[in-house]
Amino acid sequence: MEAQTVTPRLPAVAPRPLAILRKYVGRWGLVVALAALPIFYGIHDLTTGYQVFVGGHPVVHHDLSRLGFNFADGLSNGAIWALIAIGYTLVYGIIELINFAHGDVFMIGSFTATGLWGTFGLGLGTGAFGVIFGLLATLIVTMIVTGALNVLIERVAYRPLRSAPKLAPLITAVGFSFILQNVGLLWRGGSPLSVPDLLRAQSTVFHISGVPIYRGYILALAVMIPLVFGLAAFISNSRAGRAMRATAQDPEAARLMGINVNTTISLTFLLGGMLAGAAGLVYALYETNVWYFQGFKAGLIAFTAAVMGGIGNVRGAVLGGLIIGVIQSISDNRIQGGTWTEAIVFGYLIAIMVLRPRGLLGEETREAG
Amino acid sequence: MRELRALLREWRDALHRRVPRPVLRLIARVPAGWWRRILAGAFIVVGIVLPFLFSESSGFMNATIIAVAYAVMSLGLNVVVGFAGLLDLGYVAFYALGAYSLGWFGSDFFFKAHLHVFVHGVAAQEVGIHLNFILILIAAAIICAVAGMLIGLPTLRLRGDYIAIVTLAFGEIIGVVAVNGTQIHLGSGMTLTAGNLGISAVDSPWFPGLGTFNVLNLRPWYWLILGILLVVLFVNVRLRDSRLGRAWVALREDEVAAVSMGIPLVRTKLLAYSIGAAMGGMSGAFFGAYYTTVNAGQFAFGFSIFILAMVIIGGLGSIWGALVGGMLLGYINNYIIPDVLNSLPSKFGLNFQLTQVEFGIFGFLLVLVMLVRPQGLLPERRRRMEMTGAIGAEDAQLVEASSAVGPAGRSS
Repeated sequence: MEAQTVTPRLPAVAPRPLAILRKYVGRWGLVVALAALPIFYGIHDLTTGYQVFVGGHPVVHHDLSRLGFNFADGLSNGAIWALIAIGYTLVYGIIELINFAHGDVFMIGSFTATGLWGTFGLGLGTGAFGVIFGLLATLIVTMIVTGALNVLIERVAYRPLRSAPKLAPLITAVGFSFILQNVGLLWRGGSPLSVPDLLRAQSTVFHISGVPIYRGYILALAVMIPLVFGLAAFISNSRAGRAMRATAQDPEAARLMGINVNTTISLTFLLGGMLAGAAGLVYALYETNVWYFQGFKAGLIAFTAAVMGGIGNVRGAVLGGLIIGVIQSISDNRIQGGTWTEAIVFGYLIAIMVLRPRGLLGEETREAG
Repeated sequence: MRELRALLREWRDALHRRVPRPVLRLIARVPAGWWRRILAGAFIVVGIVLPFLFSESSGFMNATIIAVAYAVMSLGLNVVVGFAGLLDLGYVAFYALGAYSLGWFGSDFFFKAHLHVFVHGVAAQEVGIHLNFILILIAAAIICAVAGMLIGLPTLRLRGDYIAIVTLAFGEIIGVVAVNGTQIHLGSGMTLTAGNLGISAVDSPWFPGLGTFNVLNLRPWYWLILGILLVVLFVNVRLRDSRLGRAWVALREDEVAAVSMGIPLVRTKLLAYSIGAAMGGMSGAFFGAYYTTVNAGQFAFGFSIFILAMVIIGGLGSIWGALVGGMLLGYINNYIIPDVLNSLPSKFGLNFQLTQVEFGIFGFLLVLVMLVRPQGLLPERRRRMEMTGAIGAEDAQLVEASSAVGPAGRSS
């Protein structure tokens, strides 16, 4: 019933220790918690040092270039999460639904993109010119496909349940997530599939004080930054963008002002799906393999990013994505071969939910309290 | 439904004509409330004698056992999601903890320890901790209840989908810990879990009079899980009609109103989490024994959704719905898809097997049920009123309020 009625926030029913903790933690507490890992390993690298093998001999270094490498890797990875996280945050902002199927739309984006390479005849032998134009064409087609897919899902699974209790669309979202996963499974089989490394993503372009910058890093940021700025401009300046913001604030009032709420919601899903498609292409180029299950994990990480930044807030989603990317990269590189990364990311998710549900940049939402 | 009733009436009339008068008079003397009990008794008797109709180790028996165990989990999740309205997407955590309770307390996994309590046969001679299966069930219930409370604590102030995400995150973390448990050392070479290798040499349950529990004879397993189901069912029914059960429904319907009427929010919610978790843990311990292994690979997110699908397809908040949903999906998952329909796609010239896409099928069922019959197969009365899209949210409350006062109210 929460869907329609505006429920007042509960005064002082939270357990007291939690309430006290929240009061003093606030935004800066969250910042400190997020900075803990990089600061710890920075100090560790400078004091204890870390081992590198130069010509087969172990040498101990005392500098920050390993951490710099983690950051470069993490920020570029985070750019992919940011693109997915925007989809979560837009949809949540407008209809307060966690679109569980979003991660799998991203996966379908990867599959579509790699499938299109075959159609366009892109391979390891293609020249630089061909690769660039082929990839641009792939990007556009993939974005159209995933955008349309996302709109379709909204039309089939969420719109009929607009007036139902909130649980209902959440459940259909989970259902669609599984359906898409199995579509992916039938399409490309059950194990990770390696795809041609079109860009030689691991080749170094230049060094910044000893930190190698790979082509993959540049690619991820080069796709993410224009898309995010374009989206921000669209939302803040265009008529449709203004309609989106109005609907997010108050769907009922927006409808009374002559905004077609259903079209606006469809547009939101279209934008989210397009960004997920772009992320799918970048992911395939960057990781050079695709898997039907990649969307599940990516979706959860991106959702964490969206919550971390403050759900409903596009800048927050980008910031959250980049931060999560760095945390993940540090954990993959340094903690038990990355086996605990997922637990660390989810640990952060729970901590944010408990201590600061509105995230780094978000406003207080009704749900989060 | 109407045709069915007409048919039943016809049969009743036919019976009346044939059955001798004194017997009819005897039947008429049975007090009204007793019919329900007699029916329940008849169901239990049918349940107990059912395995004699099938061979001791048939695939159908196997599917039935798994279906009943799923029904136990589904009933447990129904307490959390159905009664209390707390969407728990990490229920697999309690499956894992229950199964690990068996792995820890009923195998040679902790090989430095020597503890034997009421065990029989080979288990009494082995190293490790070996408790009687009943004690393991109790341990699993307690461990899961505590874990459920811990998982519930951070969600107390959150609502709706935020609860879903926090529980999901907890479920995933427990899955990661299960896989990486080999890195957590408990001293003297023992680790927390055996990761993906699995704890394999688990004890078989032992009950005097039920026969040996092994793969060749599935009947004792069936009776064991039937017993657990009956206990869980009884607890569920009693809880639903209790003060606590009404408090859950009140919180689910309107938290602010419930709290201002004096319902203790923290205790009520935490009790829902822990009771639901305990039921899942018991079923998990049974599964550990039945599959004879406790393997980290079993505890994936998909399983949480699978159990949730049972509750939703059956009808949120409805005990009989959860039971039927659990049994139904259990049979679909373990009998109809793998044994009956598996080769169906190949008959249409498609190159895959149905077992590969079972989660897609469940996803499809979830979407379908939500769109076509959101109240589930056997809906609870209050849910049915909410979920039928014909009346909007506010209208539903009005209808409810007026039916509570009006003379013709309370007809379901």
